[in-house]
Amino acid sequence: MFYREAGQFKTTYEADSQVFPIRQDRIGFAVLMAVAFVAIPFTASEYWFSAILIPFLIFALAALGLNILTGYAGQLSLGTAAFMAVGAYAAYNFQLRIEGLPVLLTFILAGLSAALVGVAFGLPSLRIKGFYLAVATLAAQFFVVWALTKFPWFSNNSSSGVITAQKLALFGIAIDTPVKKYLFVLALVTVLAVVAKNLVRSSTGRAWMSVRDMDVAAEVIGIPLMRTKLLAFAVSSFYCGVAGALYAFCYLGSVEPDGFSLDLSFRVLFMIIIGGVGSILGAFLGAAFILLLPIFLDNVLPPLAALLHLPFTNAAVSHIQLMVFGALIIFFLVVEPHGLARLWQIAKEKLRLWPFPH
Amino acid sequence: MTFFFEILIGGLLSGLMYSLVALGFVLIYKASGVFNFAQGAMVYFAALAVVGLMDKGLPMWAAVIGAFGVMLVVGISTERFVLRKLVNQPPITLFMATIGLSFFLEGLGPLLFGNEVRPINLGIVDEPIEAILTRFNIVLSKFDLAAAAIAGILVGALALFFQFTKVGRALRAVADDHQAALSLGIPLQHIWAIVWGVAGFVALVAGMLWGSRNGVQFALTLTALKALPVLILGGFTSVPGAIVGGLVIGASEKLAEIYIPPVFQSAFGGNFGGIEGWFPYVFALLFLLVRPEGLFGEKHIDRV
Repeated sequence: MFYREAGQFKTTYEADSQVFPIRQDRIGFAVLMAVAFVAIPFTASEYWFSAILIPFLIFALAALGLNILTGYAGQLSLGTAAFMAVGAYAAYNFQLRIEGLPVLLTFILAGLSAALVGVAFGLPSLRIKGFYLAVATLAAQFFVVWALTKFPWFSNNSSSGVITAQKLALFGIAIDTPVKKYLFVLALVTVLAVVAKNLVRSSTGRAWMSVRDMDVAAEVIGIPLMRTKLLAFAVSSFYCGVAGALYAFCYLGSVEPDGFSLDLSFRVLFMIIIGGVGSILGAFLGAAFILLLPIFLDNVLPPLAALLHLPFTNAAVSHIQLMVFGALIIFFLVVEPHGLARLWQIAKEKLRLWPFPH
Repeated sequence: MTFFFEILIGGLLSGLMYSLVALGFVLIYKASGVFNFAQGAMVYFAALAVVGLMDKGLPMWAAVIGAFGVMLVVGISTERFVLRKLVNQPPITLFMATIGLSFFLEGLGPLLFGNEVRPINLGIVDEPIEAILTRFNIVLSKFDLAAAAIAGILVGALALFFQFTKVGRALRAVADDHQAALSLGIPLQHIWAIVWGVAGFVALVAGMLWGSRNGVQFALTLTALKALPVLILGGFTSVPGAIVGGLVIGASEKLAEIYIPPVFQSAFGGNFGGIEGWFPYVFALLFLLVRPEGLFGEKHIDRV
């Protein structure tokens, strides 16, 4: 950036190994948090909360979960939506069946349920690798959606498995308005993101990365493969589960199993590809990009068509959206396989030296 | 018992239809090490091209040739604009690129050729063969049989091509190691263009067969999801594997659909149909636990 770390001397290991070793970065992060927690609730409109900010945070959380599994531990998963579904339905059932269960505990239990399912479907990763595993996670995707639709117990006997999320109240305060929902989601996401950031910097994270880079070599240097892989599945599914519960409770309000389709899994996968595989920041950037792109295209394409006198139907717009999506993914993979997060890093490096070339 | 055989045969024949799609995957994987998720989109795109060109007034045969031309263009431009830029990237990057490609084709196809559901009439009627119906009391559709025969011929031809031609050998070399093949003087770009062209042809055949069965519609892209368990069962690198895998998956899926839901039903009550969506995956997954490289896949030895 426009600042340099000159004059900031580290005298302890703690100071040297903090998340933001440079003071300006710490200030920047504090400002960002202040804006998110204080400024936005006062300024943003209801539309912004319920259509952009809340889904952004929830998808960022899901992308974070997938990024832990795919980006850090190198296990490609196409079952993200299934784990989100488990989280959503678990939260619903805990609220329904246990009278007066605290909200936070509900969400943690929902995440743990998803983690359990994640570990069950992660077990094959000990035997099979790469694409075989990616296809195997599809088993989770299809099975979970089917089970939630067919077993009436999960949705309390509602038709076609639709559940309507209960009202939430945290310490006696009802979480009912978009602003309160936003703050609740934001708080959860912030805590979980900080935990994730520190997790991937710890020995656990290093074990994940070594498994990703070459699991045989990792095993040879004494990393327990089973524990490491299953832990990655558990943590990742926990994040996805919490994201799924928030998706049902704070974003949509009522969900059905078919809403957690393969398409949703792909969307989250695209978020981490575009944002940056193996980067916490990338999950947020990718979520913002994938969420804003359709809104952007919806607003830009019709006027553009009118300008060029082309007959654009709604169907054509959605087809063009698909094409742009696909083309962008290929573009990002070709130009910058590490995604937006890497571009951000490169920009920072360049600005650090700017305007001097060396 | 006749009922059992009827289901079994129906399953085997529909399994061959899955094999046809799986074949496209195997071809590309063998030749370029790319797990081409866009194969389902290519099937859809090819079928759309056929009906789209027929809507423009072309006769069937011309439309098919035209569609083949379109698929060649798709294949060559994929090579030119996607794969060539991603040489030596990890396989997972290539895989994700093909997901992008599938989205692109799913958007481009309807945009060029219209998105209404249209039929393809191949001139083979979907009715039971009477001789077998009267003799064994088993319903065996002429259409299924014809589709199976086409799939069989295609597979045979491709197996010979891979095993006994110079191009086939070059394809296998490229599949083994891009860089080593390049350094031996194998023209990587030609090979990739050829193999994507062949995969486009397979997609065209599959698209016409599936399209005449169910109509040309977006659901054709889902054939890819049907083909994936076939692939993991048969092994990604084996043409015979795609066939055997297809037969096994087709038969087991249809039999499971008949015999498993009643078990659930008697245990929990309610309706448990529609297990076709996940059963092949779970089946293939369990199989993988025993043989991680699939039925006919090459055993991969990891070295540090």
